[in-house]
Amino acid sequence: MCGIAGLIHRGKSSNVGKELQGMLQALKHRGEDSTGYALYGDTDGKNFIMRLKVGENVGEGSSSVMEETSIYDERVKIVNAHILSMGAKIIKEERILPYSLRYEVSYKENDLREFSRKIESVPGVEILSMGKSLEVIKDLGNAKAVCDRYNLDKVVGTHGIGHGRMATESGVDIKSAHPFWGYPFSDVSVVHNGQLTNYWNNRRALENQGMRFMSECDSELIAVYIAQKMREGASLEEGMRDSLKGLDGVFTYFVATKDSLGMAKDTMAAKPLVLYESDDLVAMGSEEIAIRSILPQEIDTYDPYDGEVKVWQI
Amino acid sequence: MANLKNTETKTKAQSMGMHTEVLTGRTQQKFFNPDEAENFYYFGTYDVDFNKRTELDVKDMTATDANKHIDKLMSQGYGTIVIKNPQGKHSLGVGILNKLNLIFEGSLGYFGMGSCDGPTVRINGRVGWSCAENLMAGKVVIEKNAGSCFGAAIRGGDLICKGSVGARTGIDMKGGTIIVGGDAGAFTGFMMQRGRIIILGNVGINLGDSMYDGTIFIGGKIGSFGSDAIEAELTSSDQDWLKRKLKVAEIGENFNVSKMTKIVAGKKLWNYDNLEPAEKKGAI
Repeated sequence: MCGIAGLIHRGKSSNVGKELQGMLQALKHRGEDSTGYALYGDTDGKNFIMRLKVGENVGEGSSSVMEETSIYDERVKIVNAHILSMGAKIIKEERILPYSLRYEVSYKENDLREFSRKIESVPGVEILSMGKSLEVIKDLGNAKAVCDRYNLDKVVGTHGIGHGRMATESGVDIKSAHPFWGYPFSDVSVVHNGQLTNYWNNRRALENQGMRFMSECDSELIAVYIAQKMREGASLEEGMRDSLKGLDGVFTYFVATKDSLGMAKDTMAAKPLVLYESDDLVAMGSEEIAIRSILPQEIDTYDPYDGEVKVWQI
Repeated sequence: MANLKNTETKTKAQSMGMHTEVLTGRTQQKFFNPDEAENFYYFGTYDVDFNKRTELDVKDMTATDANKHIDKLMSQGYGTIVIKNPQGKHSLGVGILNKLNLIFEGSLGYFGMGSCDGPTVRINGRVGWSCAENLMAGKVVIEKNAGSCFGAAIRGGDLICKGSVGARTGIDMKGGTIIVGGDAGAFTGFMMQRGRIIILGNVGINLGDSMYDGTIFIGGKIGSFGSDAIEAELTSSDQDWLKRKLKVAEIGENFNVSKMTKIVAGKKLWNYDNLEPAEKKGAI
């Protein structure tokens, strides 16, 4: 059991970091092994923002192996050299935590695949997200703990999705935490509640087509699956609709891009989702109490049906 | 399988024409006997006065505290309780084994009104998953939409949603009536064993999948029939019952019940008591 939440403001920006924190914290009883945020902040859109981890959080119930922090420093040096070797320029580098970094990078090429491959060729390094607006922040602990650790309550933007995880199929670590970046697409992120039963078959097929998996979490498949469909020319919504046939199991998942937010529900409607929709705001979560954390007044909500796919624009 | 045979000694209910047969087999009927009246009350239930009314604001309470407060108010004789600011909290109003008028001014989360026996409840909002699960008696009315597993495993009573409901409505239900004014999702009546489901709108795929028994009435379109579910003839007595039930439920009173589709179990299950209309048993 996991909790997912998402919201999109249409026609305006808001304090999405704080709002999403409240929604996810209301769902913490569904799982708090790790929490992740995919926030689409207000930026000038000139540079790529890259969220990167050079190691794992080894505290707070982690299943990861402890490493010397000096190794992190070595990895950062190699990453910086790789960024420059790819013809990119580091505009800003922030070391948020010993194992977590945020970069602003000027990179003229649109294909992030080669860039990501080069950076992730450094053992222990993973790009959590890359995009002109998207920032994926994920770590161990509940929504408030992660929000406080990364100072997310000040983030202003148009939309975001988040996930509180109860680890069942893979370890308690950052690499298995949601959201997953839709590698190699700029600004695509996914969160999922459920279980995919044809994970390995799909993974093998997608790896043969050159897609990359960084964890053994079945949910990562959704991000890679949709990214592959988009590589083949499908729109986000087409990719999502295709996933209802291609993915087997029970799921409710959200996908976000730079300017849109979508949801999909499996054909058995086995996983919960409550949705609120108005002209200027869409908010959704595994339970109504998530929505109530930002809209305490009486509102009309509903459960989307089996096999339903919806996409909203900012 | 149980057999049906004529009763030799008539109970009061039977003499009024309410029962004409008695069951044998694993399922036994037990009729009320005034000499055993104390056996028909739950330990810890209260004498309440429906005219004694109060309000309870649960905004800053946990569900446990709110439910304890409701119990305390009933112990003080309050028969009508209005709950303010439920704000989607889970498990509110569970385990009420009392006659009570309970009104929620707002929406409930998961498992609202679960395992109740007797109260009359009106929810002026929406409910989440598994509303009124295991309801044994009473009446629960929801003014807006409901989530999935609406009325899961209910044994009796009337559960009414004026809006639309999610998937698996009436899953595993063993009695009672579920009435929905709008649409219902996939797997409605999944593994239902007894009772009645009335959906005035459309239903999703796999309607009545693996149903043992019971009857489903659908007013709109059906996505698809599930395994073991089969259409049966809508009789005039069915229509009379539907009209009466919709009137009592304050929902769809003018609905044209003659156009409804009736669904029953088409499979005769081995080692299962035959307590429901059997016109289609063995058809699959």
